[in-house]
Formats: sequence, structure tokens, C-alpha cells
Amino acid sequence: MSNAILSIQNIRREFQMGTEVVRALKGVSFDVFPGEFVTIMGSSGSGKTTLLNTLGCLDKPTDGVYLLDGVDVGSLSRNELARLRNRKIGFVFQSYNLLARTSALENVELPLFYDSSVTAVQRRERAVKALESVRLGDRLDHLPNQLSGGQQQRVAIARALVNEPVMILADEATGNLDTRTSYEIMALIQELNQQQGKTILFVTHEPDIAAFSSRTVLLRDGKVQKDFKNENVRSAREALAALPVSDDY
Amino acid sequence: MHPLNLIRVALRALQRNKLRAFLTMLGIIIGVAAVIAMVAIGQGSKQSIQEQLSSMGSNMITVQPASNNMGMPGGVRLGASSLQTLTLADVKALQKKSEFLGAVSPVSSTNGQAINGAKNWPTQLQGVSPDYFDIRKLILRDGIIFSDQNVAEAAKVCVLGQTVINNLFDPGVNPIGKIIRFGKIPLTVIGVLKVKGVSSFGQDQDDVILAPYTTVQKRILATIYFQSIYASSTSEATSDTATKEITEILRTSHRLRSDEDDDFSIRTMQELLNTLNSTSQLLTVLLTAIAGISLVIGGIGIMNIMYVSVTERTKEIGLRMSIGARGIDILMQFLIEAIVISVTGGLIGIGLGIVSSLLITALLSWPTLISESSIVLSFLVCAITGVFFGYYPALKASRLDPIEALRYE
Repeated sequence: MSNAILSIQNIRREFQMGTEVVRALKGVSFDVFPGEFVTIMGSSGSGKTTLLNTLGCLDKPTDGVYLLDGVDVGSLSRNELARLRNRKIGFVFQSYNLLARTSALENVELPLFYDSSVTAVQRRERAVKALESVRLGDRLDHLPNQLSGGQQQRVAIARALVNEPVMILADEATGNLDTRTSYEIMALIQELNQQQGKTILFVTHEPDIAAFSSRTVLLRDGKVQKDFKNENVRSAREALAALPVSDDY
Repeated sequence: MHPLNLIRVALRALQRNKLRAFLTMLGIIIGVAAVIAMVAIGQGSKQSIQEQLSSMGSNMITVQPASNNMGMPGGVRLGASSLQTLTLADVKALQKKSEFLGAVSPVSSTNGQAINGAKNWPTQLQGVSPDYFDIRKLILRDGIIFSDQNVAEAAKVCVLGQTVINNLFDPGVNPIGKIIRFGKIPLTVIGVLKVKGVSSFGQDQDDVILAPYTTVQKRILATIYFQSIYASSTSEATSDTATKEITEILRTSHRLRSDEDDDFSIRTMQELLNTLNSTSQLLTVLLTAIAGISLVIGGIGIMNIMYVSVTERTKEIGLRMSIGARGIDILMQFLIEAIVISVTGGLIGIGLGIVSSLLITALLSWPTLISESSIVLSFLVCAITGVFFGYYPALKASRLDPIEALRYE
């Protein structure tokens, strides 16, 4: 499994809550290969948030091995984890997490500020390119409050792309959006996956979102209940076209 | 993160919250402005006292007779003015032997009525030598001062102060060449003093008639003693050395045994200057302390706002951490924000302090002197305040757990 971009083996995560030990992950194992679009599904309490934090290098497993792009995450210090997040992972959050009163361009530039190998000129070029790839090339100077929810999420996706990560980690990225907008976002993510070969891990609890992915990992009570390939990937663009043209009030 | 990036990130974060940044700065602005204005007022009053004193002759030394019991222990001690110890021999000895004295003049004065025609005026006649004008920094407005020749022949000439002129002559009359009387002695006016005004002790310095000391001694008082000797040291710095020198010369001249007390006392302007300086120094310290307190309060204001800011921006910190900011990056960002706030506030405060000092002088006509040291000092205090009060909030921010920070609402 040397060509896997992400490989977790028997990951366990336990929390000390007062006197009780909560076992959020009870031995999770799977590999993700380049170009895959994996949805991680599960009801609340299934451990999917803990798994996401672990995969996002925000948290370290109590036990088990996590290899990200060949790097053993378990052995890294806090600062090395930060560096790893900066270079290899792009986050997309449910609530966008854009900096208020900051232009779209500056929001997208943000991860590159923490990479001293990128010059100011490169930073701007790459941010513009990332925004163009989410079709917001004409909104560079717009502030978050001048953008719609879908546009804000696209800025967030551009921010996740700008550091050219090995994978994009999305946490309920369509959770705050209506159906039409969330299909638009899914179409964009599908496009990134299929046309640009980006590896995507998408955490959600909505089954119709999972239908757009190429593979689904179903968590239950801290364990992998099901891990299956989606043979019949639904096209988000077609789903979008199938929606009624205008909503009736 | 690259240091330049750090500064850029911090500046952008401040730009996003201009009003809050300004309000945070306000404490520092007021603190620094207060320090600078207060020190300026303190220094200004100190300088104006010094200027007044040096207009009286800041290296002036006066010698007066003093009681030494005259070898009669337990006897009645007499007041200094009635003592007769200073003679022309002393003056000559001082002029001849001393190295640190610039000019020496005896003073023999008497009070009496000056008369010109139908007008008269009670004033003081001081018998002095030409050197006296130099020692007291007296300048003539018109005419000439009397010469050594006038002194030698006890000439009946005098120089008048403005107050005397005002009281003895009609307005517009040139007193030069006129003859006035002091008591029974007619004196020809040969010079007029430039107005010196009231001294800081409330004494009218223009209410005086100056004449050769020989004239006063021989023609009016019939004495060989002087009330005092005025001298000037070669500079302000040599005033102490000159004092010691005078003591030695006068003790020798008076043939005092080593166990006898001095029969004279010496006072220097420097002593007076020191007393007044220590008063205005106290004023400066007091004002600076008050201003310093407001600076500290400004610093606490920064800490306060930075703490609130860290809490308020928890989510932003979480985001920054999730996209690769290390603890030190967050620490530095918040620290630089605090420093930028305090230093910018400091700079604005310095400007405001200078402007308000100038306004105080312009509107209240209080003397102010803006000292460079207070500017440098308050600026340094600002920067240190920024680091000191910004550090703990920044440390708190840098230690946040990214997962919890991201989930913070």
C-alpha cells in the first residue's frame, strides 16, 4: 500500500472525561488513494468528528498508525503538525470560517502567509489562480459579507486549494447551504476531483451527498461499519440541472 | 513565518478593527501626551526660574559680616548689618589674591530721601565700584557708569534706577546731567539703568541709586566699613571653589586663629538656585508620577482589550492553526498587534503632548520646555508596555487547542 496518500491502521482515540474513559474510535483502518473522492458518513456519536480531526492532523490518535503522504503523523510535534497541515491538507468547514472584513483574495492568501518559501508575488498569483478555479476571478476584492453563502464556501474551497495540498478535507461543507447551492458546491468538488485529480475526503451525514462520491466509509460507534466503492457516481451537474429552474414561494 | 509576513498579518488584523484599535490606543495616547506635557511644564518652570536667577547674576557671591562673638563668649550677639568687619583691605586682598573671582565690588548702602526740586522719594543709595554693574548684570539704558577716577575722588555722581526716575522727574525729562540731592549731598546723574523689573522675590530692582562707594562712605556715612562685598566667580561651576578661596583670603586678612569662627558669611546664587531647582524637581517628579500612572492604566487597557480580542477571535485563531499557523506564529501575531497599538499610540501621544505643551504656552502663557528625554523615555515605556501587557493574552492565544478553537462559538 505504498502508493496510498493516506493510510490509517487500527486508529484508536480515547478521551478522559472525568473518571470515565470515552472511546471515540475503537480501531479504524482504511487507505485512501490519489484521486479518490471519499465520503465519511455516520450519525452523530459515530466518531466521525474525531476521525476528521485525526485525519486533519489537528489531533493525534491514542494508538494506531497514521501515514499521510508517507509521513508518520503520530511521531510529530505540535509545530511539525502545523507545518504538515500547512503543506499537505486543505480544510473546508461547514461555517466557511472566512476572516470577516477581509477580501476574498486575502482570505485565500492566508495559508501561504504561513509558508515562508512563498514570496508575496507568488502568493498573490496563486490566490488569484485558486479563486479563478472556483469561478470567483471577478470577486477578488469582495468582502465575505458581500458574498452569498455558496460564494463564501467557494472562497473557502479556493483557500483549501491554494497551498496545493495532497488532499482536501471537507467537514459538512454543504451543511449550511440550500439544496441548489449545495449541488453547485458538490459540482465544483466533483470537478476538482475528476478534472484536476484532487483527492477529497468529505465528511457528511446526508446520503444524497455521498452519492456524488466514488467511495463511502460508513462509521458506527467508533468502527468502520461499511467501506464500499460507489459504482454509479451521480453527476452533481446533472442533479443541478434536474432541479426546478426557480423556487416557488 | 517570515517576520515581514508576521507584521503584515498583524497590521491587517488591526485594520479590520480600526475603531477598537483606536480605542485601545486612547489610553496610551493620553498617557504619553500627559507625560510629555507634564514634564514640559515642570521643565519649563524650572528653566524660567533659572533664567530669572541668572538675570540677577547666577555666579554672584555675596559676603556679609557675621557675628563671631568678637572673642567674648556669652556676650550679646549683634545682627549682621551692624557688624563692622569688612573693609577696603579685604576687597583689595580679594582682588589681588583670588584666582576664581572675576570681579569684586564693595557695597556700602544707606536709606534716605532722594530729592529733585519739589519731588522726593525714599530710596536706597548703594555705594559700589564700577565692577558692581558687571556682577549684578546691570545694563545702562543711557549715559555712562562712573569711572575708577570718580571712585578715587569720591565724585558726586550717580546712576538712577527707573523707579527713582519715575518718582523724581516729570515724564519726558532726560535725567542725564541733572542734579538731584540725596539727603544733603547733591549728585549729578550720569547714567540711567535699564529696567530690570521685580525680582522673583518681590523686590523692585529698579528702586535704587548707585554711586561710588567712596562717596557714600566718606560724604554720607563717614565709615570705613562695608555692609557687604559682592563678587562674581569666573563661572557657575567654580562658584564653590571661589567660596572656599574667599573664606581663606578673608580669614588671613582678618587674622583669625584656626579655632575662631568666621566673622563673615558667604552666600552664593548657586545655593539659592539649588533650593529652587529642588522645588521644581519635586514638581516635575510629582507630575511625571501622575502621568506615569495614566500610562500604566493605558497599558492595562491594552491587556484588557487584547484578552477580549483573543476570546472574540478564538475561531479565527482556530482557523489560522488549522491552515498551518504554529503556536509561535499566533503568539507573535498578537504580540505584534499589541506592540503596534502601543507604539502607534505612543507616537500619536508624543505629537499630542508636544501640541498641548505648545498650546499651554500659547493660551495660558505658562513656560513649557519639551525635553527629548521625556519623549524617548515615554516611547520606550510604550513599547515595553506593549510587550509586557500584550504577552499574556498572546500566550493564551497561542496555547489554544485548534479543535476547540474551531468549534468555539
